[in-house]
Amino acid sequence: MRRQLLPALRMMVVFTVVLGLGYPVVTLAAAQLGFKHQADGSLVTRNGQVVGSSLLGQTFTSDKYFQGRPSAAGITASGSTDASGQAGDGSDLSLSSSGGSNLGPTNSTLLDGVADDPSTPDVDESSPGVAQRVQAYRQANGLSTDQPVPVDAVTSSGSGVDPQISVANARLQANRVAKARGIDVSVVNQLIDQHTQGRSLGFLGEEGVNVLALNLALDQQP
Amino acid sequence: MTLAGWLQLGALILFIVIGTRVLGPYLAGIYSTGVDAPEKPPFGDRFFSPIERFVYRVCGVDEKREQRWTTYALSMLAFSLVSILTVYLFQRLQQWLPANPNAIQNVKPGLAFNTAVSFVTNTNWQAYIPEAGVSFLTQMAALAVQNFASAAVGLCVVVALIRGLTRSRRGTIGNFWVDLVRSIVRVLLPLAFLIAIVYASQGVVQNLHANTTATTVEGSTQVIPGGPAASQEAIKELGTNGGGFLNANSAHPFENPNGFTNWLQMASILLIPFALTYAFGRMAKDQKQGWVVFAAMFTLWIAVAALAMGMEIHGNPELTSRGANQSVTSTQAGGNMEGKETRFGPDASGLYAGVTTSTSTGAVNSMHDSFTPLGGMAPLTNIMLGEVSPGGVGAGLYGMLIFVLLGVFIAGLMVGRTPEYLGKKIQAAEMKIVVIYILAVPLAILGFSATAILLKGSVAGLLNAPGPHGLTEMVYAYTSAGNNNGSAFTGLSANTDWYNTTLGLAMLVGRFVLMVAALAIAGSLVRKQPVPESAGTFPTGTPLFAGLLVGVVVIVVGLTYFPVLALGPIVEHLSI
Repeated sequence: MRRQLLPALRMMVVFTVVLGLGYPVVTLAAAQLGFKHQADGSLVTRNGQVVGSSLLGQTFTSDKYFQGRPSAAGITASGSTDASGQAGDGSDLSLSSSGGSNLGPTNSTLLDGVADDPSTPDVDESSPGVAQRVQAYRQANGLSTDQPVPVDAVTSSGSGVDPQISVANARLQANRVAKARGIDVSVVNQLIDQHTQGRSLGFLGEEGVNVLALNLALDQQP
Repeated sequence: MTLAGWLQLGALILFIVIGTRVLGPYLAGIYSTGVDAPEKPPFGDRFFSPIERFVYRVCGVDEKREQRWTTYALSMLAFSLVSILTVYLFQRLQQWLPANPNAIQNVKPGLAFNTAVSFVTNTNWQAYIPEAGVSFLTQMAALAVQNFASAAVGLCVVVALIRGLTRSRRGTIGNFWVDLVRSIVRVLLPLAFLIAIVYASQGVVQNLHANTTATTVEGSTQVIPGGPAASQEAIKELGTNGGGFLNANSAHPFENPNGFTNWLQMASILLIPFALTYAFGRMAKDQKQGWVVFAAMFTLWIAVAALAMGMEIHGNPELTSRGANQSVTSTQAGGNMEGKETRFGPDASGLYAGVTTSTSTGAVNSMHDSFTPLGGMAPLTNIMLGEVSPGGVGAGLYGMLIFVLLGVFIAGLMVGRTPEYLGKKIQAAEMKIVVIYILAVPLAILGFSATAILLKGSVAGLLNAPGPHGLTEMVYAYTSAGNNNGSAFTGLSANTDWYNTTLGLAMLVGRFVLMVAALAIAGSLVRKQPVPESAGTFPTGTPLFAGLLVGVVVIVVGLTYFPVLALGPIVEHLSI
């Protein structure tokens, strides 16, 4: 074994330098030269301020805006460390990071949510399940009580920062947004069409509406 | 399934067949060394050869000298030991090292051990949260290096086993260091670089920035992660590793931004494992033998992937009864969308799960824990079968070749013929090792799972306990570790001393016991005198044998796990 350890050690040094530093740095140089915008995170700016990334979903609560999918990735839906940007040692699971709910298909928390515990008045333990989200969605968008709700509107995404919603989901929100802004619903529907991203090459993946792009376009309406 | 869904699957199958036909001969060329070396040097030799000779000189390796199986195994173990220590040290020292713009602290010992073992064994089980737990330097210089190295070690073991089968009356099975360096220099590095650039062009980040804090449209803050993700992403799939740069893995838009990158990830995962079957046929000088293995792998792969896709498109009846619309229409992809991304939908998510778990990849673009019961059983079954359809880079083919030996042995017993494969008699010595190979992993998985169930503390770590789903979560974790997959039913809080240690041990068994067993079989076979084919030889280059091989995998391995599958996902499915 000892005769093998020396070449193993040397090999490790060579690999660390070539594969661990050379490879990512050369890739970095090529990516930054060729595709700087994408390699930096596809950042979206408004009036010179970074407002997000076209690839990442963010939370919208106002009726004036289309709302993205529910997120299980912490309150800021950040896709990274916690709200203050503070980093931990990775052993603290309370740090919000990207990810899904990981609730199983028959889990009651997923299906019917958790009610607030009345014995602890200062803590709100409640969390909505699919049943509560369906009701809230119908109420917010003025839908009838038996209207089926698009599944993507009431389930949390895998990443917690899904940038898109389905077209069906966007259409059902259009009336609410138009009313809150006092504009015609046909204008809103037109903007939905403009910000629907099709399948890659026409057949890979699924189509969806980019929520951030759509909302920024709405804000630019006179 | 929609027309687009069929086209997506069809394009992937077409890519696999073409990729096998193109990359296969190239792989055969570069691994035909020593006595097998062809007169004409392999493609690209004039470019790669000087680079390799430089590496050999720096490392003090005599590339002309071949090794017996024992030396080959010792070299492999020595390299892996040094690898584990290196990854461990990087994690333990990262806060004092450069390229750490987010000021991440050192990883704690138990977790650092688990992660080191995980990446060296090509498992990429992640008990840590990448965004919060490891620095950019650790990602690049420790984890991504092992993404290359562990895949290359898998390639080494499979070519050694192929040499054992195809050479005769020799003592040596090649040189580990030569196979290792060739795998990286001639296969993994060039391909990974090209794919990384494509990813970067699509939106996978590649920078060394600290997190960017954005003020969102509604005035709250959003932390946008940075980092060298594209370079790591490329080798993560190509080397069937699967360890995400970010916690959400390939569900995160910064790792997998659109339908095209998703398809490319699946294609690059399947490329090398399938192509190796052609290389095997070429080295055995009997292409039919390669295609038989290909056919068996392909059959298992497509069957399980179809189950996952079908179940996820069909959706979760519990959601429908609460008012959610899961039907497939022209304005929505429908299906069970919990834990899935809009841009992938249930189609590309189910297929991706089928691809990553039939290899040892363990990447996820959707959360397996939230799949429907039978949809979630599909990836679990894939991993339980030992990931031989087509399996990890190298690991898949050597696993399947072990099943081939078992297959000819069983077939021989059934019809009263002498078990032979490629002219080599399969005798007691080899069969004993085959049995050890086949029993080692189930023993570790079921043993650790059973112990964990008896321990109160480990059951408390289950998100979906009690009940059948909790059992599936726990068994999935050990199955994933034991078979070096690395994907998870993530509801299990696995970052405890118990799980970090036992999962680490399961990974070590699943990697090194099997690798040494495969090399021992190679060492035993390489010495044998080939026997000429006779009327008593059971032909192994036929569709019949491919069918038999599928049967052996399903019956021998599948039945080992059937009781636990019945208690987990099947009971859950029946309860809806």
